[in-house]
Amino acid sequence: MRALDRKMLRDLRRIWAQTIAIAMVLACGIMILVGAEATQRTLVQTQAAYYERHRFADVFAGVARAPQSVVTEAAAIDGVAQAEGRITFSAVLDIDGMTEPATGLILSLPAEGAGLNVPLLRRGRLPDPDRHAEVALNEPFAERHGLVPGSTFRGILNGQLRELVVTGWVLSPEFVYTIAPGAMMPDDRRYGLIWMNEAAAAATMDMGGAVNDITLRLTRDADEAQVIAALDALLDAYGGTGAHGRDRQTSHTFLSSELQQLGAMATYLPPIFFVVSAFLVNMVLGRLIALERAQIGLFKALGYGRTEIAGHYMKLAGLIGVIAVALGWGFGWWIADAMIGLYGEFFRFPFIIRDTGTGALVISAVLGLATVALGGLRAVWSSLKLPPAEAMQPPAPPTFARGAADRFLTWLRLRQTTMMIFRSILRWPGRAAITLFGVSASVAMLVMSYFMFDSIEMLMDSVFGQANRQQMTLMLAAPQTEQAVLDALALPGVIRAEGGYAMPVRLANGHRTRLSALQGHYEGAELARLVDDAGRVVTPPAEGLVLPEMLARALGIEAGQALRVEMLAPPRTVLTLSVTAVIPQGMGQEAHIAASALFAAMDSAPQVNMIHLSVEADRVEELYAAIKSTPAIAGLSDWAEVRRQFDATLSESLLTMVAIYTLIGVLIAIGVVYNAARIQLSERSYELASLRVLGFSRGEVAFVLVGEMMLLTLLAIPLGWALGYQVAAGMVEAISTDVIQIPFAISRRTYAMAALAVFLASLASVLMVRRRLDRVDLAMALKARD
Amino acid sequence: MNIATPPLPIFRAEGVTRVYRTGSVEVWALRGVDLALNEGEMVVLLGASGSGKSTLVNILGGLDLPSGGRVHFRDRELTEADDRALTAFRRDHVGFVFQFYNLVPSLTARENVALVTEIARDPMTPEEALDRVGLAPRMDHFPAELSGGEQQRVAIARAIAKRPDVLLCDEPTGALDSRTGVQVLEALHEVNRDLGTATVLITHNAAIQRIAHRVVVLADGRIVRDEANPDRVLPSEVSW
Repeated sequence: MRALDRKMLRDLRRIWAQTIAIAMVLACGIMILVGAEATQRTLVQTQAAYYERHRFADVFAGVARAPQSVVTEAAAIDGVAQAEGRITFSAVLDIDGMTEPATGLILSLPAEGAGLNVPLLRRGRLPDPDRHAEVALNEPFAERHGLVPGSTFRGILNGQLRELVVTGWVLSPEFVYTIAPGAMMPDDRRYGLIWMNEAAAAATMDMGGAVNDITLRLTRDADEAQVIAALDALLDAYGGTGAHGRDRQTSHTFLSSELQQLGAMATYLPPIFFVVSAFLVNMVLGRLIALERAQIGLFKALGYGRTEIAGHYMKLAGLIGVIAVALGWGFGWWIADAMIGLYGEFFRFPFIIRDTGTGALVISAVLGLATVALGGLRAVWSSLKLPPAEAMQPPAPPTFARGAADRFLTWLRLRQTTMMIFRSILRWPGRAAITLFGVSASVAMLVMSYFMFDSIEMLMDSVFGQANRQQMTLMLAAPQTEQAVLDALALPGVIRAEGGYAMPVRLANGHRTRLSALQGHYEGAELARLVDDAGRVVTPPAEGLVLPEMLARALGIEAGQALRVEMLAPPRTVLTLSVTAVIPQGMGQEAHIAASALFAAMDSAPQVNMIHLSVEADRVEELYAAIKSTPAIAGLSDWAEVRRQFDATLSESLLTMVAIYTLIGVLIAIGVVYNAARIQLSERSYELASLRVLGFSRGEVAFVLVGEMMLLTLLAIPLGWALGYQVAAGMVEAISTDVIQIPFAISRRTYAMAALAVFLASLASVLMVRRRLDRVDLAMALKARD
Repeated sequence: MNIATPPLPIFRAEGVTRVYRTGSVEVWALRGVDLALNEGEMVVLLGASGSGKSTLVNILGGLDLPSGGRVHFRDRELTEADDRALTAFRRDHVGFVFQFYNLVPSLTARENVALVTEIARDPMTPEEALDRVGLAPRMDHFPAELSGGEQQRVAIARAIAKRPDVLLCDEPTGALDSRTGVQVLEALHEVNRDLGTATVLITHNAAIQRIAHRVVVLADGRIVRDEANPDRVLPSEVSW
């Protein structure tokens, strides 16, 4: 090995702690890039393969009732490769060991087997076409209840209590993410999918020779919008509720949004780590070169050329980069494994197709090495310009100038040790700026990580605290008069009952249309209310529609203009209503109207199709029992239970998530502060030892070092808050679609936690360096000059 | 206290040894030094490089601890003191002057002196200290704006500003030319004369011994000569 290379390895060993600190920061960026990319690619591949093998449909349409023949007509639409009709309906289920009723979505299976959305058999067998009581269940629901093949449970199907026999467990590409309509998150205990053979479903729903759900698979070159328009036209006569593509299919939308988030993570987070690492390499290498000034002069005197000397230091930088890339790949691989495992549980994939994404490996390695090279080049360049004779002289003492800032400091009459801190910052503003930037990046990282919890909390507060104060909502099998509300009040344990009316609609402003729901609000509602982003309760005006901003923007409509409202369920009225208000409501996707205005416009008596309840806590079980035996009730949402589950899931993952985010976030602060402090110590050990000689205690001397770092940390915190706010806003923008809107909120707690974590990390880093300061040998430090 | 008792010497070193270990090699910097230093005395410590001068002064000043033997400052045993006590000792009693000045580059001359006056018990003002070394007109300059001699005189002002009991100077003229060196020696001489500060001056420049009350010569970690200098001259009469 050449002497220079041996020197490089020894240099690296000498600055090992700083090397690790830099490599860890850079490795974090690489880890996120590699990990998120591998996870995303794996999920995309898996999703594609699953969709392909199990023929996930491209277009979905609901219809009141259409003859089987309409399926053939749909298949003839230009661009349609395959069409399939089926019967779907929901039912209240009574499962052993469960006091509250569960809700089930029943899907018919064609006698000849499904051609689209083909269920994948995981256990047992599919129902026998001749046995009407047989059903297959989705695996998570069956697993949850231990409903093995052969078990039975009861369900109220179209008003009749039936006993059903489980034959097998299945998974379906339609339900990778299973969520009940109107629910906030998956609940495998209370929401199940039930595959029943076609004849049994038809008999139950009295739908012989008819279907109420049509799915299509398109040809490669099909124009989806045209197919949807043609299908809508075809189904209009049969009570079509509006066809839509995969973009409005619940499971697909959630999965896609998750993939989009992973993409955003891989795009937004790593650059911060890369930039900080470049600065760190620059800082550390710059210092090393400054220390070795005389040696560089010597190398030149000995006949080494500039390139050789530059190459020597660049190799050192490169080695730091190689260490970081290796660490980053390793961590990235590990984190991808962990994330894929988590996603595999959360989304129900029957198999996983692992795709490492070699692209990400290559890109991250190139970026990682480019980062250290960039950081190194600047430091190396300045050292090479010195002529050898000058380089071998000790550097001149740094000059300090008296600017306005300095006059101000003098005027403040600070202690001299405090003065040293300020003068050091003023003298090396570039270095202070790097520390400032690095620490604020760390704060920003934490703000970006923690704010997700704020958003969830805000969402929860808006959904549960403000908008939905009912404990339970009953879905009625068919609209009824307001008498139903009084009947509900008579159910056991019910304290308050309020009617509501929701209707699937197609909103149209000229050529712009949107599938949505119209919510009719009864006057004086206390439980289910319309709430805007500021938490204000909005009472729909006596006439006209209230639209959330996102929906209004999508339709290109403003307050005062008229909107066409087509009801997609009986009575299928088409109304033209004026928009009277547009409200800020990030989560809102639905149109709202006063019930009185709605029924006046429909020219009909007021109706309700859902009832919101406030319930005595200790009589809930009685109520459940009553609901199970009331055929008029088609389903229920138990808001209190949803909230409880949500909180439980959240608090379970919260600590782990916060710990991981904090660790990654504070790594930057540690890397920056530790390196900056080490450099300060190296440059000023002579000066600091002098203070000790003059009779300053260890603590007083350490104050100069610790004080400067902590002052910069304190200055960096508000900067980091601002930076974090900006990037978080950008991320929300990137993640949000017009279907899933993430509310944007950053709480004081998030700011405080980010600041505290970074403050403590900085303090710990600088105190580690302080311990070295304590060990400085006074006599030696005074003798040796750099 | 018995009035008849003669005043204690300010420093008393008895059988002081100092061994440095680097790996398996032992280096004996001091091999048993006995020395007493009296109040108001100016002692020049002569010796070749590596003779143990700096080690001895570092031990007297509480910067280093001996491997064996005892050192007393007045009636206190320094060899028993912990780090906190040594820090307090340096802060209250000792002024140091080094070959390379050891000024804080980010502080002006006045502020460098204030560094000490802020923590001392009964200091003179930074202005007075700088005036004593003839630097009053340059007091708002940063070290980088001062000549070597000026920087050393700031270091002396900083050392005397606390009115120390003893001034320990390690090669204070080592980095200076003859003319500037004499200016520095004059400053030290005046401090010794006017304030009665006991002064130990390390040098390997034999010419300087002529200004001392007493000359101690070290060689190979031992005192080889210790005698009074009856023909003391003023610094201005010295040159090299």
